[in-house]
Amino acid sequence: MEIIRPEIPTLAQADAVEGKLIDSFFQQCTSPIADPDKWLDEELHRNIILTSVDMALAWARQRSIFPLMFGVACCAFEMIGMAASRFDTSRFGMDIFRWSPRQADLMIVAGTLTWKMAPAVRMVYDQMPEPKWVIAMGACAISVGTFRESYSVVPGINRIIPVDVYVPGCPPRPEGLIYGITKIHAKIRKGTIDNPNLSLK
Amino acid sequence: MTVALNAEELGKKINEAIPGSALSGDKGYLLIDSKSIAQVADYLKITDGLEFDYLTVMTAIDYLEYFEIIYRLVSLKNNHSLILKTRVYGRENLSVPSVVKTWRSADYQEREIFDLFGIKFEGHPNLKRLLLWEGFQGHPLRRDYI
Amino acid sequence: MSIQTEPFVLNIGPQHPSTHGVFRLRAVLDGEVVVNVEPVVGYLHRGIEKLAEGRTYTQNIPFTDRLDYLSSMTNNLAYCLAVEKLAGIKVPERAEYIRIICAEVMRISSHLMAVGFFLNDLGALMTPVLYMWREREKIVDMFEMVSGQRLLYNYMRIGGVSQDLPEEFLPAVKKFIAEMPRYIEEYDQLLAKNEIVLVRSKGVGILPKETAVSIGASGPVLRASGVKWDIRKADPYSIYDRFDFQIPTGETGDCYERYWVRMQEIRQSIKIVEQALKQIPEKGSVCTDVPQFFRPPRGEAYGYIEAPKGNLGFYIVSDGSIAPYRLHIFPPTLINITALQDMARGWKVADLIIIFGSMDVVLGEIDR
Repeated sequence: MEIIRPEIPTLAQADAVEGKLIDSFFQQCTSPIADPDKWLDEELHRNIILTSVDMALAWARQRSIFPLMFGVACCAFEMIGMAASRFDTSRFGMDIFRWSPRQADLMIVAGTLTWKMAPAVRMVYDQMPEPKWVIAMGACAISVGTFRESYSVVPGINRIIPVDVYVPGCPPRPEGLIYGITKIHAKIRKGTIDNPNLSLK
Repeated sequence: MTVALNAEELGKKINEAIPGSALSGDKGYLLIDSKSIAQVADYLKITDGLEFDYLTVMTAIDYLEYFEIIYRLVSLKNNHSLILKTRVYGRENLSVPSVVKTWRSADYQEREIFDLFGIKFEGHPNLKRLLLWEGFQGHPLRRDYI
Repeated sequence: MSIQTEPFVLNIGPQHPSTHGVFRLRAVLDGEVVVNVEPVVGYLHRGIEKLAEGRTYTQNIPFTDRLDYLSSMTNNLAYCLAVEKLAGIKVPERAEYIRIICAEVMRISSHLMAVGFFLNDLGALMTPVLYMWREREKIVDMFEMVSGQRLLYNYMRIGGVSQDLPEEFLPAVKKFIAEMPRYIEEYDQLLAKNEIVLVRSKGVGILPKETAVSIGASGPVLRASGVKWDIRKADPYSIYDRFDFQIPTGETGDCYERYWVRMQEIRQSIKIVEQALKQIPEKGSVCTDVPQFFRPPRGEAYGYIEAPKGNLGFYIVSDGSIAPYRLHIFPPTLINITALQDMARGWKVADLIIIFGSMDVVLGEIDR
């Protein structure tokens, strides 16, 4: 019995396909996606009747968020610092940082986003199940940050995915990021059983 | 201390071995003709007393009329260093022989120069863009790229 | 009868637990055995070299922080050295000692992180990282006293450092250096003779001496392969010739040796800081006067240092104006990655992750 091993395939075609995808993002994502910020509206709060089931669910959801580790650049180390023993996030129920997007609900994008990385961010965001929230951490993720006029930096991740909370800083202190997470908790508290994200209506 | 070798004397020595290659050596660096850079590289690596086996930096500069490619070589055994330069004239269809077979550290650095400046290296096994994506129009580090 | 097998291309994509940043590896596998590895970089390419041409020399110092963001003091030092070489500026004594103390303490922090994440890849999950983070938080507190920042310090300036040390800094460094040897002993006891670490990393991913030199590797990767080349001894910059320290060198160049070299370098850094603390002058200026719109003379210079990851260098070309004509950053880790193909061929996928982890890569430096 003989085993025939064919040659190693060239990876140039895979490069060309990826290049076309990145180019399509570059052409199409020209304006920012609107922020889902209706939860800040006072009227909304008065129009929705929160039942005790809603409040119990919201309490459970906000105390057990699973964050997704999406550390791209320098801000990632302040995110890890937030999870370490000094500025513990374990006390908020965010014990383990999940690596797979299918198991996470909060995506913290920490660092500069380039056009080459943009399809990967969109793919990871699409894989997360509803309800999901996004934090943009650091000046580079909010707007272009230090890298103004660069030819390859996306001016803010809200061109690619909708963002709930922006945490400014370069890099923001871990306490600042924890404050951003408490804002996500506040948003979750206003959600109802059929509209946890307050994003659909 | 790493001693920087005298480029003028070295230029004369190289011209004896590979005639017409070393153009000038008076300003502390050695200017080599762009077609014979691969042969000079081999000579510098093999010759006793020189033995430049370690290529540290390789970069390119755009001076509008010409592009200048810079190599910095170090000999670990003898602890001396040398800066080589070569020039390519024009803006389109530029190409320079590759030194990958002599020093493998030129592999990614030549790909980066091709990506950001547009200078092709003949003899490089895998010359494609390194930092930007396939299909990016233009070469960003040129002075006339907006 | 014949069976046809196909090689399988596995994409270890930009978002993955062990890629240490946004790094992508395309591994061609024959079953479980790695046949070829192709790294794909550029997911963090921000165009710093182009942006630097539009900013003044002092405005470029924050850019250099964001290269190897785990050791930003050493990046600042390399850039300032390059500009000072170009313009012939002399740095005062006290500033030199402050720079050396900051750079060596930074080296301790960077190596602790490298070792911690290497052990994370080996399977010890987050425990070594959290223990080493304890030391890192002390170091970060000390640097916050001096520069006001926790991660990207922007402390050094052309001609010295930006401000003098507060009174609490030197006693804090003294206390930290006195306690450190005990913690290193603790880590060695737990990790150096640990069976899992030895079995999974001894003999794995060998980089022979000739290949390491031909590839142009530098830093602990080169020294673990048996080449005794350290810029602090071979071509001393700043005032390194006044200190007495050794250069740990390995023999075989496998993953365990790279880990061992880093732990020994932490010990040598402690020794250097002890000597610097004794020799630092009590008073003195900390920066020579350099104008805000500083115009160096025409020319070029290459300033390079022994950063924790290798030989970091800056090639600056000046045409006499307030902004550099060309700034090229030479990243040691981009060159070290060339060795990945040689080291990974023939090993399994799990070993590939460890080999990559032992090279200690930071993507900000590779992609710039």
